Amino acid sequence: MDALLQVDGVRQRYPKGSGEPLLVLDGVSLRMRENEIVSLLGRSGCGKSSLLRIIAGLLPASEGHVAIEGHTVDGPAEQVAMVFQSFALFPWLTVLENVEIGLEAQGVVAAERHRRAIAAIDLIGLDGYESAYPKELSGGMRQRVGLARALVVHPKVLLMDEPFSALDVLTAETLRTDLLDLWGEGRMPISSILLVTHNIEEAVLMSDRILVFSSNPGRIVAEIPVSLPQPRNRLDPTFRQLVDDIYALMTAKPGGRPQVGFPGTGIAMLLPLLSPNLLAGLLEAVAAEPYRGHADLPALAGSLQMEIDDLFPVAETLQLLRFAELAEGDLRLSDAGRRFVDLDQDGRKRLFAQHLLAYVPLAAHVKRVLDERGTHRAPASRFRDELEDHMSEQFADQTLRAVITWGRYAEAFAYDEATGIFSLDDPG
Amino acid sequence: MARRDRYRLNLSPLLGPFLGLGRGEGLRPNLYDLALFILIAAAFVMLAHGAREMAGPVLKLTAEPVTLDPANLPEYALRTVLRMFAAILASLLFTFVVATLAAKSRRAELVIIPALDILQSVPVLGFLTFTVVYFLNLFPNSQLGPECAAIFAIFTSQAWNMAFSFYQSLRTVPADLDEASRHFGLSPWLRFWRLEAPFAAPGLIWNTMMSMSGGWFFVVASEAITVGNTTVKLPGIGSWLALAIDARDVKAVLLAVGTMAAVILAYDQLLFRPIVAWADKFRFEQTAAQLQPKSWVYDLWRRARLVRRLADLLGAATAFLPRRRHAARRRASRPTSRLADIAWLAVVLLAVAWALWRIVEFVDVTLGPRDVLQAAGLGLITLVRVAVLIALASLVWVPIGVWVGLRPWLATRVQPVAQFLAAFPANVLFPIAVVAIVHWRLNPNIWLSPLMVLGTQWYILFNVIAGASAFPTDLREAASLFHLRSWQWWRKVILPGILPYYVTGALTASGGSWNASIVAEVASWGDTRLEAVGLGSYIANATAAGDYARVVLGIGVMSVLVVSCNRLIWRPLYRLAERRYRLS
Repeated sequence: MDALLQVDGVRQRYPKGSGEPLLVLDGVSLRMRENEIVSLLGRSGCGKSSLLRIIAGLLPASEGHVAIEGHTVDGPAEQVAMVFQSFALFPWLTVLENVEIGLEAQGVVAAERHRRAIAAIDLIGLDGYESAYPKELSGGMRQRVGLARALVVHPKVLLMDEPFSALDVLTAETLRTDLLDLWGEGRMPISSILLVTHNIEEAVLMSDRILVFSSNPGRIVAEIPVSLPQPRNRLDPTFRQLVDDIYALMTAKPGGRPQVGFPGTGIAMLLPLLSPNLLAGLLEAVAAEPYRGHADLPALAGSLQMEIDDLFPVAETLQLLRFAELAEGDLRLSDAGRRFVDLDQDGRKRLFAQHLLAYVPLAAHVKRVLDERGTHRAPASRFRDELEDHMSEQFADQTLRAVITWGRYAEAFAYDEATGIFSLDDPG
Repeated sequence: MARRDRYRLNLSPLLGPFLGLGRGEGLRPNLYDLALFILIAAAFVMLAHGAREMAGPVLKLTAEPVTLDPANLPEYALRTVLRMFAAILASLLFTFVVATLAAKSRRAELVIIPALDILQSVPVLGFLTFTVVYFLNLFPNSQLGPECAAIFAIFTSQAWNMAFSFYQSLRTVPADLDEASRHFGLSPWLRFWRLEAPFAAPGLIWNTMMSMSGGWFFVVASEAITVGNTTVKLPGIGSWLALAIDARDVKAVLLAVGTMAAVILAYDQLLFRPIVAWADKFRFEQTAAQLQPKSWVYDLWRRARLVRRLADLLGAATAFLPRRRHAARRRASRPTSRLADIAWLAVVLLAVAWALWRIVEFVDVTLGPRDVLQAAGLGLITLVRVAVLIALASLVWVPIGVWVGLRPWLATRVQPVAQFLAAFPANVLFPIAVVAIVHWRLNPNIWLSPLMVLGTQWYILFNVIAGASAFPTDLREAASLFHLRSWQWWRKVILPGILPYYVTGALTASGGSWNASIVAEVASWGDTRLEAVGLGSYIANATAAGDYARVVLGIGVMSVLVVSCNRLIWRPLYRLAERRYRLS
């Protein structure tokens, strides 16, 4: 028998400035059966949302094959319906009209359309809001509309693209619980759910299976069955252990070496745009009680109320600067990191400058060019062009901004926004 | 399959949505229905009457010439309004077709967008010379000829802006909504009405309102026109005014001013306010607005039960239009071959070269390099006029606009007045100024100039008011806490804060002033004729003499000047303002 959903050897490339196109997904294959919830877990930029769009037929894959119930997907697929991270509701249509839109496109007659939409709205707990506009609703209510809109077309597979990440913690939890209740009671007209998320606890809480993605390029590195009975308890030791294991998995490469998260090498390394204050803040938090220089990432994420998508780039930048080390789901300060915390403002800047120029190749490159030139000035476009040989315009911009921010903090070089010129001037 | 069709049983909506029973409303008409019925019926009666008159034989124009009988004025006003109406409809149609084409087809975009961009800058009144002749030949012996020429003149003052705005909206449809509509398989037709048109509506309506303001100016200018030996006077406020000028009838001029004001007010209250209030729901914001636009006509509409139900029914009838799900299921467009692109570009360039050759040939027969130099020189004189006047208008209206804008209670009262003044066709007021110049024997080279900004300065005022009103309170508070005063406050706080708004206003004002120069640099009162040296009077004189070559030359020079001003001054300034000073 055909699997409900079958993905074979999907690769996805995006063209970039010049040279090799950027490989986002590499050889992804997966199967889905009826009656299961599967999570695609990975960090932002690992291509999991691209995969979801390929499955939905919104994006053609560069290579590979997708089939739903044995039918090849080669355009917007009818057997699936998607719930969007940003809700994607039409602000000028009422709740009822938003829910009806998929049926209207199918040419369902008005009375039937109305009946089914009302049924879906009632199911999802939106009774009484039929004539409201999305802007009158809270985030949680809006996502319920998004859910009703997807359910009303009776899809085989419900695709959910980070459906709870735009909601506050409490609202997200309520919606998750309601969704799991409906699922458990078999009241949703769907066979299976494919959930994309970067939230490890969410994946463990909801799924029957978790597919863990690596980044750059996106690959499935592990498949973790979750056999805990529903409803699951976040404080259950087995639950905690599973979360810890996945954290360790996501901070380690298959070979066991710590993973440097940024794609690219040398000056072409793609850098995250993070404020030096945030870097210093994490160093201080890890140096302080109760961690004393050695923190367990799930615990740290919990106490700082950061999701892994927020926490990992900071931790990895600290690792890049040799202020800390990431391994086995732990973050450990280096000697330099401990020293940094104890220094005063000027001392911190000096230490940061040393590490920035020693360990961030692009920063060293900018400084070298400025030193070599008689005028000690260089236009940003020069470096931007170099970067765009290796990455997209948008990433080049982000990387350059990151180096400007760090260089300014370290007082390694100055940058004038109006003229777009790097210099060694002291802005005084 | 096990999970299918297990919805909770629900019986309430079986009676269908049209009757609106679920909302506690019936088909029983109420008082608001009556009021609305009367309004709608009157509109239809007037439309029918006007349309019948417009299609009458051209002899009727000579048999029943425009007279200065006040009893005829309502009729003339109606005809002018209908012309505006026809032009708006034509512009909308043009917008939907051309802008959609540009947004959907890359090759069409390559031609349409630069063309719209240039057409926006070309002096509209220049078109009139050719279109009058063209339409007179197209509909010989019918009033439709001159009517179409006038409508076309108004059309050219609106269509390009509107199409541009619509195109830009189509290109910036939010990515998630685009994905959602592809995902749910919306057909192109449904996608247009559910996604693209609503998303573009606020921008398009605002642009249409702005274009209307310009339109009144051109309808007045185009109703009574002389091209060479052909003189046409269509029944309308513009012709009434031309007649009043010939007859030196001050009372008739004042009557025209009053009628024009009444007509613009009616248009605003009965048409645009309701539409703006209705379009508020299309604003792409996920949060509810604090300040919602209001309109008494729209409130009337919402309270009228029966009429609204009937309209819903009409809307539902359109639901049976074709919409197959599979129509939308084309794959992402294949990358087109470079060869085809190059071929297309070559075709476009060839067409442009041919057109250029034809124009040069046409102009070259009668004109030499000296004429070109003369036109360019006159262009520079007019350029100086526009620049000086915009600077003067800015000096006056920026401080006043800031002062008003920072006082919300005042701003809400002044803003509609400023918008009304911007819409009011300044050429209706020209005779009054001319009377003054003649009376005090002033130098027309200087004193005719202010007429060019008479109608356009208000764009600066109301944009500055809008900018100052939007200026964040916390920044104002911070400025006063730090005791920033006078010049420092202007330079560091408020001027950067309103710059994007000011640039928008000044750009519109200067474009309008160029256009106005064609009617403002030449003015007459009876048989007294005043003329200021400049490109505007050059074009106006060439038009009156039927000298097509010089008209083409004049318009060409003016277009080049306007486009260069836009490219070299306004656009860079606008980009700077957007990048550095936009307060988001």
